[in-house]
Amino acid sequence: MMDTYSLFRQIADSWVLLAMFLFFIGVVVWAFRPGSRKIHDDTANIPFRHEDKPADDRETGSSDQEEKRQ
Amino acid sequence: MWDYLKLAIYGLIAVLAVIAASYARDIAYQVHAILIMLIAAGLFIYSLRRVGEVKVVETGYMDGPIRVGVALTAFWGAVGFLVGTFIAFQLAFPNLNFAWAEGYLNFGRLRPLHTSAVIFAFGGTALVTSSMYVVQRTSGARLWGGNLAWFVFWGYQIVILMAASGYLLGATQSKEYAEPEWLTDVWLTIVWVAYLVLFMGTLMKRKEPHIYVANWFYLAFIITIAMLHVINNLAMPVSIFGSKSIQLFSGVQDAMTQWWYGHNAVGFFLTAGFLGMMYYFVPKQAERPVFSYKLSIIHFWALIFLYIWAGPHHLHYTALPDWAGTLGMVFSVILWMPSWGGMINGLMTLSGAWDKLRTDPVIRMMVVSIGFYGMSTFEGPMMSIRAVNSLSHYTDWTIGHVHSGALGWNGMITFGMLYFLVPRLWNRAGLYSLKLVSWHFWLATIGIVLYAASMWVTGIMEGLMWREVDAQGFLVNSFADTVAAKFPMYVVRGMGGVLFLTGALIMCYNLWMTVMRSPAAETASDAQTAPAE
Repeated sequence: MMDTYSLFRQIADSWVLLAMFLFFIGVVVWAFRPGSRKIHDDTANIPFRHEDKPADDRETGSSDQEEKRQ
Repeated sequence: MWDYLKLAIYGLIAVLAVIAASYARDIAYQVHAILIMLIAAGLFIYSLRRVGEVKVVETGYMDGPIRVGVALTAFWGAVGFLVGTFIAFQLAFPNLNFAWAEGYLNFGRLRPLHTSAVIFAFGGTALVTSSMYVVQRTSGARLWGGNLAWFVFWGYQIVILMAASGYLLGATQSKEYAEPEWLTDVWLTIVWVAYLVLFMGTLMKRKEPHIYVANWFYLAFIITIAMLHVINNLAMPVSIFGSKSIQLFSGVQDAMTQWWYGHNAVGFFLTAGFLGMMYYFVPKQAERPVFSYKLSIIHFWALIFLYIWAGPHHLHYTALPDWAGTLGMVFSVILWMPSWGGMINGLMTLSGAWDKLRTDPVIRMMVVSIGFYGMSTFEGPMMSIRAVNSLSHYTDWTIGHVHSGALGWNGMITFGMLYFLVPRLWNRAGLYSLKLVSWHFWLATIGIVLYAASMWVTGIMEGLMWREVDAQGFLVNSFADTVAAKFPMYVVRGMGGVLFLTGALIMCYNLWMTVMRSPAAETASDAQTAPAE
């Protein structure tokens, strides 16, 4: 039976390392997925929307926001 | 029902605190027990007078704690800088360790007071305050949980009071940036969990479909600090009536846990949290959205994946295994990339609006802050390399590095945030005086330059003096020789502190006059900035 340290060490520098690396690559790919630009532009403009008071219950989705601006 | 339960809880805490105070085994614990007793008794009376009051349900943003927080951030900043400047002169002129105040106001007692005052009181209050402001505006929702925000806010201030009074009275567990003893640690854990619940609750009822990137950084800061704080403070109190406790870890495990905590306090408190500030206040002040939202996502994930491993670079050439030191070093160097990605993202937010630098001293402050962020995140990885570390470690170079990050990056972005928030929170048309902001900007910048430059010179000088050997292999310099050689640089450093402190005092005056004298904004809708589209 391996001691706890060696066991953890072995798991950490094999499967956990791989899992974290893949997760990170996944995040990058996801950020650059086709069609993300529209969502990101909309999200980047969040700070300019509700300066003085909370949003109404009706205006929820980003599509509503889009309509209002047009 | 809740009113009566609250009264019972306050009463119980007050009575228990009185008992604890009378059984106290040391003065720090006794002072803390009395402090808790006074606060609980005060709250008891306050609540008693308001029993049965009809509660009005408010629907707007909850800005009460934010207003108090802005004022206290400025106050704690001034206190922290004052103590820092004083201990800088204590190092230059040891006579300032007054004999009559020995054991209370000597360098050893004041130094943790300074570090905690600037990091946790000034920086922490700035983070709590700004996160409450940003999460509401970017979620389009009022803070969740009614008075929970007040509990978090005042609870955190009580942590600061307990920590500061404990240091002066000698209650410390001797862990850098984690000095407070178990009683304060337990209270901070409660407050921090409430903070997490408050933040998550507000995010959950957001009206925007996406969580804005600033909130990701704030959330990473809150969660990671909770984890670091709990693990680094695992300790068993010697007595329930005394402040002393015994650490769970010992030896190199303790050292590694401490610097895993210590470096991630820098990474997640002073970096991730303040990046949350950057990603909201820089776009707002520049009146244009962040340069690249994709880059901000990658910045976030890269930063949190890498920072957590960087701690061992504090323990080169110690009992820590070499592989662990190398791991910390490699991750510190890789960390340079996301740090500069974030810096570029912040700076490029101004592309197309660079002319604002000429007219708006507040944005100038924010830009210089991002510049110092870039500078110290280059210097840090370099210093973590084992060969460089053998020269820089234990010298004043480290202190210079920390201060270019803390004064330059954290200080300047916080000043920018305060200048942004005060006119909005008190509904003023603008700041009282932009000229005074310019004065603050130049005093602070020159102060940092004096500080950092003198610490580079003295750090490298003392590092070289320590390792200098003669032809026979004997050390050339005694430790006292290096201390004597550092005197002029210590005086320059102290002068830098005076300039920085003066700038902060000018800011306090300017903010005060903004609230008292500036004309009110005409209507709420006029004050609103137009969407940058």
